[in-house]
Amino acid sequence: MADLTTEFLGIKSPNPFWLASAPPTDKEYNVRRAFEAGWGGVVWKTLGSEGPPVVNVNGPRYGAIYGADRRLLGLNNIELITDRPLETNLEEMARVKADYPDRALIASIMVPCEEEAWKAILPRVAETGADGIELNFGCPHGMSERGMGSAVGQVPEYIEMVTRWCKQYYDRPVIVKLTPNITDIRKPAAAAKRGGADAVSLINTINSITSIDLDSFSPEPSIDGKGSHGGYCGPAVKPIALSMVSEIARHPETHGLPISGIGGVTTWRDAAEFMVLGAGNVQVCTAAMTYGFRIVEEMKRGLSQWMDEKGYASVSDFVGKAIPNVTDWQYLNLNYVAKAKIDQEKCIKCGRCYAACEDTSHQAISMSPERVFEVIDEECVACNLCVDVCPVEDCISMVPMAAGEVDPRTGKTVEADYANWTMHPNNPMARAAE
Amino acid sequence: MAQGQMAPGVQAGRLSSDELTSNFADLHPPYAPHEAAVAADRCYFCHDAPCVTACPTAIDIPLFIRQIQVGQPEAAAQTIFEQNILGGMCARVCPTETLCEEACVREAAEGKPVEIGRLQRHATDSLMARQGHPFTRAPETGKRVAVVGAGPAGLACAHRLAMKGHSVTIYEAKEKPGGLNEYGIATYKTTDDFAQREVDWLLGIGGITIEHGKALGEGLTLDSLRADYDAVFLGMGLGAVNELSCEGAEREGVCDAVSFIADLRQASDLTKVPVGRNVVVIGGGMTAVDAAVQARLLGAENVTLAYRRSRKRMGASKFEQDLAASKGVRIIDNVMPVAIHGNGATAEIEMEYTAEADGKLQGTGERLRLPADQVFRAIGQSFVEPGGVEIDRGKIRVSETGRTSLDGVWAGGDCTAGEDLTVVAVAEGRDAAEDIHAALTKG
Repeated sequence: MADLTTEFLGIKSPNPFWLASAPPTDKEYNVRRAFEAGWGGVVWKTLGSEGPPVVNVNGPRYGAIYGADRRLLGLNNIELITDRPLETNLEEMARVKADYPDRALIASIMVPCEEEAWKAILPRVAETGADGIELNFGCPHGMSERGMGSAVGQVPEYIEMVTRWCKQYYDRPVIVKLTPNITDIRKPAAAAKRGGADAVSLINTINSITSIDLDSFSPEPSIDGKGSHGGYCGPAVKPIALSMVSEIARHPETHGLPISGIGGVTTWRDAAEFMVLGAGNVQVCTAAMTYGFRIVEEMKRGLSQWMDEKGYASVSDFVGKAIPNVTDWQYLNLNYVAKAKIDQEKCIKCGRCYAACEDTSHQAISMSPERVFEVIDEECVACNLCVDVCPVEDCISMVPMAAGEVDPRTGKTVEADYANWTMHPNNPMARAAE
Repeated sequence: MAQGQMAPGVQAGRLSSDELTSNFADLHPPYAPHEAAVAADRCYFCHDAPCVTACPTAIDIPLFIRQIQVGQPEAAAQTIFEQNILGGMCARVCPTETLCEEACVREAAEGKPVEIGRLQRHATDSLMARQGHPFTRAPETGKRVAVVGAGPAGLACAHRLAMKGHSVTIYEAKEKPGGLNEYGIATYKTTDDFAQREVDWLLGIGGITIEHGKALGEGLTLDSLRADYDAVFLGMGLGAVNELSCEGAEREGVCDAVSFIADLRQASDLTKVPVGRNVVVIGGGMTAVDAAVQARLLGAENVTLAYRRSRKRMGASKFEQDLAASKGVRIIDNVMPVAIHGNGATAEIEMEYTAEADGKLQGTGERLRLPADQVFRAIGQSFVEPGGVEIDRGKIRVSETGRTSLDGVWAGGDCTAGEDLTVVAVAEGRDAAEDIHAALTKG
């Protein structure tokens, strides 16, 4: 078994799987269960200022969308930060950290955008022995209406300012948690870096309404006939999160800034994908909420198995491996030509590839009266839609053409050289070759 | 003279070689990868899953199925083998319909459980095909343990002990290791010599030697084993077959179902295995079904399974009963043999209908005669006492961890109480090994 020990911002944990700040990490009881189940770290549910805690709704807090067989793909939540007294949380955090010194324990904080508020809470958090803090600039519901959460995360100047205060009044690592409810994720990440953040974590949840009850016309989750947008998370948000992580990892201004990857991590593979895009570890919530804390066992075994297969001795061996392969569209190789190929042995003759291609793409698949489906190379642009809609794995594949072959669609010989849009004759901006 | 199925008496070659090959093909063929993915996706990853509770070896079934879902069948196999080193065989022969799959919440919800057995086979096959032995042996402890019997209990015990660094000698009476996995299970449940391949793979852990042709009372005594080894594990199974007590029970054509099943497994050419035209199997357990179904598959024209109590009380599961019916076996319940008639060899069996009154089985007086040129006894096996250890209701008395009444002697498998299943034997062998290890390393 490969060694999963992870060091993130100097904080050691036995594996890179942390539980994100969320309902599963609201109490000592849950966190102890999580550590017993094997989680490497926990970001405690977000603490607010001293005084009367926030209140939550007393009706449904979550809504869901499902895939086939009622598999939970996306969850939306309108729960606020912890609704338990600050003192209670701090006492519990100190106890848990003392009992589990080898696990990471991070305090998530959300207090008003005022220096005094941060100055007041930071020493209290430091006393618990927590390994670091995470600034919740992400929650898109409820708290944002009060000028906190994503309301801060959407204003880079505020991010920079608050991060600076935290670095001033707190001497352990500061992680800034980013909201995806913004046009360009690089801006808040750069602001966090300017403020002195040790790392960013992303993504927080996405503004969403999961569904509408067509009898009552209320959004779900429905509170007395009304609904409010909530934070969307779970497997469905992973592609958005991966893209945002990659943007920060490869942007010159933020490249090298440590990242804690969050967003739909459900299996070892999801975690590995975040990590090769530059995340030093991952945070998980929905998978635990769907399957229980035991789910980490698959993640640990799976990642370890993959590392053994690939010969990686430690997680740092593969973090960031995919970053050089993320590029802008304009740099993609336009001389790369592929064609779809249907494996007739594997084909079950459902015709979905045909419907997709004939109706919505390039009319590049033929159908015989015997329901034999074949690719018409003269028409195939290798769009991949047939692969994506085929229910059978590896039945349709995209086969690259070798240099020197003639593409029957264009009549052009496939070139061995790399050539992208910036060099293309159709591009008015392309400079003529010298 | 009539040929094939119509040939009278007990004859070989009732069906062609091709027909036999097709008849004896894998009962539960392996999944294609896509089928496995679809089947795995049905698992809900239940909390404190009922399937795990129902598995005698407590394999973490939701975890291994999830590992298949995420594309790592070999990691899934590792999860299985940690609990059950004979997970490959159990995937083939476990009566999952009365164990994990019966407990599956989807069985309750839809009448269609997750196909745990076939998924387990998918996982274990992929690891066994691609990799060597998945465990490494701890440094040699210098302790030596004797295991009597190379069946599932003995093998599981030996493997666990070897893994912990002890050195193990297995004494096996028969020519081949595997016990009932090799000699006692229907051919269509474990094809392609799987039992032997599995033993070879299991021995890959190192530290285990098998000495064949040795059994207690045949060159071995319990006293000498106790004197020569640091611990002894008894896993010799059941040695004797219960006899029929009716008139004519000694006639030619009356034989043990157990021997018939063993002969089939050992046959290199099924066209050479003789079977009657009219076969009657007496009994109601798995062995009875295995014999009856295989008699049909070999080409017997009529096969009847006669059981003395009602169908509900049969030891064979509903699945096994349905399998027998689907292969053309006629099941007659509430009948008991009274006499086997014939002019020399068996020709006819006479049975009496039975009824149960106050838990007592009695003949009703009404009788039934069936042509029978072959009668199989499948009315249970019994234990041959080794002497020295305390016996309780015909089997070796053991503690929860397999300790017998004799110091330094453990036992498990069919020679102890509990269900006579491969998976139960594996659990008992494994748990005894853990206890032996604890005893040997204490202090």
